[in-house]
Amino acid sequence: MITGLVVLAQATADGNAFAQMLVGGISFGAIYALLAMGFVIIFKATSVINFAHGALTGLGAFLVVAFATVLDFPGRFLTSFPEWAQWTANVLTAFAVAALFGVLIERVFLRPMVGEALFAVAIVTLGIDIVVRTITNDFIGTQPRPVGAPWGLNVIDLGWVIIAWSEVIQIVVTVVLLVAIAMFLRTRTGVAMRATAFDQETARAQGVNVGRVFSVAWAIGAFLAAVAGLFYSVFPRRATGVDQATAFIAFRAFPAVIIGGLDSIPGAVVGGFAVGIAESAANTYLGFEFLGNGFPGIVGYLLMMVVLLIRPYGLFGTPEIRRV
Amino acid sequence: MLAVENLEVVYNDVVLVLRGISLEVPDGKIVALLGTNGAGKTTTLRAITGLLDMHEGDVTKGEITFDGADITEEDPAARVRRGISQVMEGRRVFAEMTVDDNLRAGAYSNRDANLVKEARERVMTLFPKLADRRNATAGYLSGGEQQMLAIGRALMQVPKLLILDEPSLGLAPLLVQEVRDIIVEINSQGTAVLLIEQNANMALSIADYGYIMETGKMVMDGDPGKLLKDEDVKEFYLGLHTTGEQKSFRDVKHYKRRKRWLS
Repeated sequence: MITGLVVLAQATADGNAFAQMLVGGISFGAIYALLAMGFVIIFKATSVINFAHGALTGLGAFLVVAFATVLDFPGRFLTSFPEWAQWTANVLTAFAVAALFGVLIERVFLRPMVGEALFAVAIVTLGIDIVVRTITNDFIGTQPRPVGAPWGLNVIDLGWVIIAWSEVIQIVVTVVLLVAIAMFLRTRTGVAMRATAFDQETARAQGVNVGRVFSVAWAIGAFLAAVAGLFYSVFPRRATGVDQATAFIAFRAFPAVIIGGLDSIPGAVVGGFAVGIAESAANTYLGFEFLGNGFPGIVGYLLMMVVLLIRPYGLFGTPEIRRV
Repeated sequence: MLAVENLEVVYNDVVLVLRGISLEVPDGKIVALLGTNGAGKTTTLRAITGLLDMHEGDVTKGEITFDGADITEEDPAARVRRGISQVMEGRRVFAEMTVDDNLRAGAYSNRDANLVKEARERVMTLFPKLADRRNATAGYLSGGEQQMLAIGRALMQVPKLLILDEPSLGLAPLLVQEVRDIIVEINSQGTAVLLIEQNANMALSIADYGYIMETGKMVMDGDPGKLLKDEDVKEFYLGLHTTGEQKSFRDVKHYKRRKRWLS
């Protein structure tokens, strides 16, 4: 599918437009990849698809706004540092608080559900989504809230393609987080997480504290959602900032999760980039005439359906193991 | 080392499964716990390892002590750290993970890197087959290999007490013998073993002491010699006639002995 789109693009467009399309696709894909990794890490530990991921994204983005522009904490105490460093410190604090919120939500709403049927737990996450999103939206208000990113509207003009600084940062951060999380899953806690996802009782029999595993997974998931929420709220995406619709981006990342295969971190990243590029290509080459301007928004879902027809477990997902 | 006293377990607040059982596993010994299906063997195991809560079970009376400390209410992770390790019924390997990662999961409570390395070497010498298949996905191992992996995984935390729940279940007779030899080997290296079995022949051939459970009660205990001589054990667990011959279905006109202990 991807290669098909690429070939189509090369045949029909000039190189510059193609390169621009790829840059846009990859950087948007990075946001999808971050969201997809969040879905995957929670799924890996709890075997539950987290329907509250949108709310976590909105909450994370709002926390960034709150710490970076409203509270200016801890930046206001770091006056000897340059402004961008203060801003970064603020944002990192916001990420940490977002992770704490993830732990809190897990502790209050999901810990009592340990050992219950998985579909019931999934429905609980739906409820969490509504509650958290409503409360967050109340704080956000009706006007978009800019995040005050220090790179602003700056771009790098290479002549044949224009890249925004924010896009460079997005891609670098995503790759770094991918490597970090892939490494984390090989550690002792990571192995415990995979064991818990497969069989809670047996994991407990090995001395794994299942509750702590869930906490860690939700902390990482909420952290990744907050990072994605930040990148979605800066130029060239929605430069006006965080508003009540920010949370909905998580569901557009859903095809990325399924394409990658629900329980694979590399799969989430590949899926994220695939959906990003597919949407970008649709935007560039199909234009308004083909089924209207909303069409690129569903290209990801089309891609998902095609992948599921060929590989029902996604590209990198673990098929259910059954010996015959 | 492990002592269970007057243990009473209730499932779902109403189903009384264990009616005050007591048993003891001394240091470095093999103790066999025998019983038919539904006798409460696995429930006893769950009470000892702390996994009752996942099955809506509760200890309503009695206590479990390990090395003198009362562990009746401790969470499973704490009991594992004390040195109680279990091989669950039906193997329960992490099928989607590799053999190596299964062993690492087993070593979760063992935070000393050197000890983990030693434990891994010990497991690899006990089960050379696992060494060959380190990077294989556990779910694709044969049943026998999965049982080896489950035992190996339980050894990774270097337990003082290893509890095995029906390790011979679903294995060919030759493999049952292999498992038995391995249990003896593990025990000779200083680990106490509580062996929960239906295969009385196998269990009593290596045990230092045996308990027999029926419908949530201990009905008999003693050393294997005594148990093997008992008429009821012979008839109901070893399938032998009072004369010591194998029973045959040709012998249809046969009146079953009453179990005297249930009268």
